[in-house]
Amino acid sequence: MNIQFRDRPEQGPAASVKTAIADCDIHPARATPTELYPYLAKRWHEHLQTYGKHAYQGMMEGPPYPKAQPNASRRDAYPPEGGPQGSSLSFMQKQLLDPNNVALGVLNPLQTGQGLRNQDLAAALATAINDWQIEKWTARDSRLKGSVVVANEDGPAAAAEIRKRAGDRNFVQVLLLSRNVEPLGQRRYWPIYEAAQEVGLPVGVHAFGFGGNPITASGWPSYYIEEMVGHSQCQQTALASLVLEGVFERYPKLKMVMVEAGFGWAPSLAWRLDKNFERLHSEVPHLKRRPSEYIRDHIWWTTQPMEDPERRDHLFELIEWIGWDKLLFATDYPHWDYDEPSRVLPAGVSDANREAFYLGNAKKLYGIA
Amino acid sequence: MVRHVIAPVDELPPGTRKFLVIDERPIAVFNIKGEFFGLLNRCPHQGAALCEGPLIGLATSSDPGEIEYTRLGEILRCPWHGWEFDIRTGQSYCDPKRFRARAYPVNVEPGSAVVKGPYVAETLAVSVESDYVVVDL
Repeated sequence: MNIQFRDRPEQGPAASVKTAIADCDIHPARATPTELYPYLAKRWHEHLQTYGKHAYQGMMEGPPYPKAQPNASRRDAYPPEGGPQGSSLSFMQKQLLDPNNVALGVLNPLQTGQGLRNQDLAAALATAINDWQIEKWTARDSRLKGSVVVANEDGPAAAAEIRKRAGDRNFVQVLLLSRNVEPLGQRRYWPIYEAAQEVGLPVGVHAFGFGGNPITASGWPSYYIEEMVGHSQCQQTALASLVLEGVFERYPKLKMVMVEAGFGWAPSLAWRLDKNFERLHSEVPHLKRRPSEYIRDHIWWTTQPMEDPERRDHLFELIEWIGWDKLLFATDYPHWDYDEPSRVLPAGVSDANREAFYLGNAKKLYGIA
Repeated sequence: MVRHVIAPVDELPPGTRKFLVIDERPIAVFNIKGEFFGLLNRCPHQGAALCEGPLIGLATSSDPGEIEYTRLGEILRCPWHGWEFDIRTGQSYCDPKRFRARAYPVNVEPGSAVVKGPYVAETLAVSVESDYVVVDL
């Protein structure tokens, strides 16, 4: 007989994964709105206080759709010292990294300088958030690695930021979002891919963004649930653009990661691209290979939110097409649609594939020993 | 089944909840408008601390355009994925055939009865004059 009372409830299953894992989508947050100010020139402090951030999307700030939980995050992830979810390293260590045996955690900061109309502010914020990632996170916990945030609508500025971080092992990828002013394969974004290939960093494309376009190709939908599902559709248009504009022909060493947009649609999109490519080849003669071949060779996929069909053999067939070597486990911590590591992969996976899924693929892609 | 005395009734007023661990099991006890409910604090979906979620109502629709909002404060919404559970039964409204939150009976007993046993209350000094919240585990 033993009764213990606690101020806070349990934090969910502890040490549920015995072997080490990589978490390829963690969202670090700022504890206060001015936390980036030490990394920004004084001019931008005054600018932000006077004019704010003006994104391409209609609403001045904030996400295009309201979220299902506060800050789109787990309600049990508020740090005890205050601040929003994901804003405390020590609590992230206690709640996520330590109990789940995370050996590699990839940080993807959102709502930073992406999608701003003021390109100088976007570039300053991108540099600030990158310096902040080092100082607040990666320098203090060697398991964590950053993503180079860039002013995504200003190719030359973005490329300069990427080259500035060349060889800095605090960073393991370049971060883009899926919703931009134009589809991601278009030429305004090519300097980003050129620089990423040059410095040897993969480019992650995370669902979401501030480009001003509706989340669906048929207009603005009514519900948040439509935005959640729309991330997959949006990512498909981004990927089709990357393939059809010849980005992988032009930058043959470029590796890209589709982050938080699902992967179940990959075979269907590839089949449709291939079929139309056979018929419309003369329109895109710059493509030397079938679209599906570019996708198989150049694209990795994070797993969260995990595809969850009723029958596990359907999941295994999907992964067989994509390749067990192309999936990167992710939790999306501290966001509310978090995937618990011990619950995402059904039984019936070989030890080798399980290790690749949870850790091996990520270490190889991101060059972690 | 063992009956555990967890608190004097005054310590759990309406609108509050108490988190505790009994025999290594995380439990939460709720007082909702004077009624007491106990649940295992672990979501059957992916294992979150279910009982840290908000208590909401039940939105149902019999026909398109007709929406009823009932059971106010009796539906527990998981802090991770928002799955909804009936605080009275533990029934899931998201996938009732596959998932059910573990519910435990909670009652208020007078101190005179608690003193007699067969209750387990090592952590509390029980006074005959007070009432106590008791959870069956």
